[in-house]
Amino acid sequence: MLTIKDLHAQVDGKEILKGINLQVNAGEVHAIMGPNGSGKSSLASVLAGRENYEVTNGEVVFEGKDLLEMAPEIRAREGVFLAFQYPIEIPGVSNINFLRTALNEIRTYKNLPPLDARSFMKLSKERQDLVEFDAKLVNRSLNEGFSGGEKKRNEIFQLAMLEPKLSILDETDSGLDIDALRIVANGVNKLRSKDNAFVMITHYQRLLDYIVPDFVHVLYNGRIIKSGTKELALELEEKGYDWVKEAYYEETV
Amino acid sequence: MEKENQLLEDITNAEYEFGFVTDIPMDIIPAGLNEDTVRFISKKKNEPEWLLEWRLKGYKIFKDAPMPSWQNFDLPPMNFQSVSYYAEPKVKKKLNSLDEVDPELLETFAKLGIPLNEQKHLAGVAVDAVFDSVSIATTYKTKLKELGIIFCSFGEAVQEHPDLVKKYLGTVVPHSDNIFASLNTAVFSDGSFVYIPKGVRCPMELSTYFRINAENTGQFERTLIIADEGSYVSYLEGCTAPKRDENQLHAAVVELIAMEGAEIKYSTVQNWYPGDKDGIGGIYNFVTKRGICKGKNSRISWTQVETGSSITWKYPSVILQGDNSEGEFYSVAVTKNAQIADTGTKMMHLGKNTRSRIISKGISAGKSQNSYRGLVFVGPKADNARNFTQCDSLLLGSNCGAHTFPYIEVKNDTAMVEHEATASKIGEDQVFYLNQRGIDSENAVALIVNGYVKEVLNQLPMEFAVEAQKLLSLTLEGSVG
Ligand SMILES: Nc1ncnc2c1ncn2[C@@H]1O[C@H](COP(=O)(O)OP(=O)(O)OP(=O)(O)O)[C@@H](O)[C@H]1O
Ligand SMILES: [Mg+2]
Repeated sequence: MLTIKDLHAQVDGKEILKGINLQVNAGEVHAIMGPNGSGKSSLASVLAGRENYEVTNGEVVFEGKDLLEMAPEIRAREGVFLAFQYPIEIPGVSNINFLRTALNEIRTYKNLPPLDARSFMKLSKERQDLVEFDAKLVNRSLNEGFSGGEKKRNEIFQLAMLEPKLSILDETDSGLDIDALRIVANGVNKLRSKDNAFVMITHYQRLLDYIVPDFVHVLYNGRIIKSGTKELALELEEKGYDWVKEAYYEETV
Repeated sequence: MEKENQLLEDITNAEYEFGFVTDIPMDIIPAGLNEDTVRFISKKKNEPEWLLEWRLKGYKIFKDAPMPSWQNFDLPPMNFQSVSYYAEPKVKKKLNSLDEVDPELLETFAKLGIPLNEQKHLAGVAVDAVFDSVSIATTYKTKLKELGIIFCSFGEAVQEHPDLVKKYLGTVVPHSDNIFASLNTAVFSDGSFVYIPKGVRCPMELSTYFRINAENTGQFERTLIIADEGSYVSYLEGCTAPKRDENQLHAAVVELIAMEGAEIKYSTVQNWYPGDKDGIGGIYNFVTKRGICKGKNSRISWTQVETGSSITWKYPSVILQGDNSEGEFYSVAVTKNAQIADTGTKMMHLGKNTRSRIISKGISAGKSQNSYRGLVFVGPKADNARNFTQCDSLLLGSNCGAHTFPYIEVKNDTAMVEHEATASKIGEDQVFYLNQRGIDSENAVALIVNGYVKEVLNQLPMEFAVEAQKLLSLTLEGSVG
């Protein structure tokens, strides 16, 4: 589904991603871990097409197409979804109207007719239940005045509504209370299928107890310096990152 | 940053949609203004002597009146002698029905989307269309008549209801109010008149579209709305004007009078030609709008969506004379390119327990300047007066200006006056967030802007809210590359 090859990217002339390689296939869940400032959100931003990141080298192929060529909204319509680490507030724009616009843009792109109001409401109700999203938040302004956790849950509600092929969750677990974490994880598990894939950026093993990853990667200083299976996350939780960094430097020196 | 610059450029390039000219034979008097012009207009309109006298009083004040100097921009030179003060489509006989109206004129209205035809009637909109100086079609009159409601052109009101006109004309905006109001007094050509009798709730939105068509003519319409005790009316005014390189002056006067327990809602969607991207041409919109809550428990609410004109200078105000009366001002003012808007309101609290609410939303782009200017005055007898003011400015780009000038004058200790102001920029982050959900940048900006102005648009009657929303999107069309 997604193939990243030797991806380099910079922001304001500073190189942040220094050669990322990653293969994500349909049906897989990948976890990306790594110390603060290592480039995890940057990778997510580059994949989503944020303008201030300049790709200086490498390629990203998504479903057989060159992802880097596409405008951000086209990437979204092709099925790339980013659950933001810090979701933005947009005052006065109703959450549900925004979602309807988004969904219909995506449908139009796929040559599907727009959903009429009724079917849309039905879908919305169904997905609210799936991710146990508070109905009161549905009609409020987009993220305006939402608590940190509510914003994260709204990201997951949007994900459930838009049904992307590839979902990148940037620290969606941070800021969720214990119950919310379980609910969100359950939601994601229900949304998983053989046709979609998830990349979860996280600092905590806890999330991975609920959503069990097929692969775990360690991102450090703009590179993936170690990949493994779910046991790697446990090991990181226990021992921290130093041993991985050391092993990596020994190898490269 | 680059995106923003592109955004600016594209806004700049968005074209004015209503810039067509209608080719119809017109009777125009030569440019220039003196007592004879005033007499000519009055005679042409077959006016009674008192009205001519009043016009002449206005003219005398106008002659020597100073130009206003306090606004936040340099007044362009205005040559009042180069303007023709009267234009009327050449029609041979009095029109009895729409079928008799010049088809080209109707087509113009159709292009403007004015609901003059039968189906639109069913939509419940009564329209008094003012084409240059003469009102040519007034619909729905009969139905309104049954309720005792008078809704007609100003000229007709002078003929048919002279006592009402004489009693109220100039009582809210006197002939000496300001130079533009005095000019209007002297030369006003037509306009609308509304009278709602006691206890009557006007069952439909009353709506007038004004359009300046003839070249080098100013438009000086006059609107007078009287809501008698316990009555209610909602009135909407919409305006567009053709595209020309010359600047044209629009100096209208609107007076609203609400008696005890009456309510008037006055909504404006103003889309006069704003000039081109270099600021050439466009309407100078210098308008005096004022309402008086004369009786107890009365209420006046102004809602305006201002997207056009090269200069907008207007401050729809409310004199809160009756105890417990209420005044509201909801405004969206959009400026782009070289447009200037200096707009706001005055809330004059005179009676006890009077309340006012001001919500102003400015949106500036290009190198435009957008100012909110407001006065909240609380007189010595206005016990327990309350005001809430909120002024928000949204900037699209970094070459435009947003300014707020809130003045507060309180002469009573029991008053409570609250003021809030914010200024923000459309964030790239906001646009990107929406992009990431599949919405392109243009629609993203439209969504964000509509969210920002929602509180004001919610005040408009439903169908006009939709229209205003479209107009805003259109105005900011191509805003992002
Ligand atoms: N606009 C920018 N200008 C300069 N440096 C930037 C900019 N944006 C990000 N960076 C830097 O890029 C590096 C990677 O940031 P990124 O947000 O990708 O880290 P992260 O791995 O997501 O960290 P965290 O775990 O704290 O979320 C950081 O050192 C950050 O300071
Ligand atoms: Mg991060």
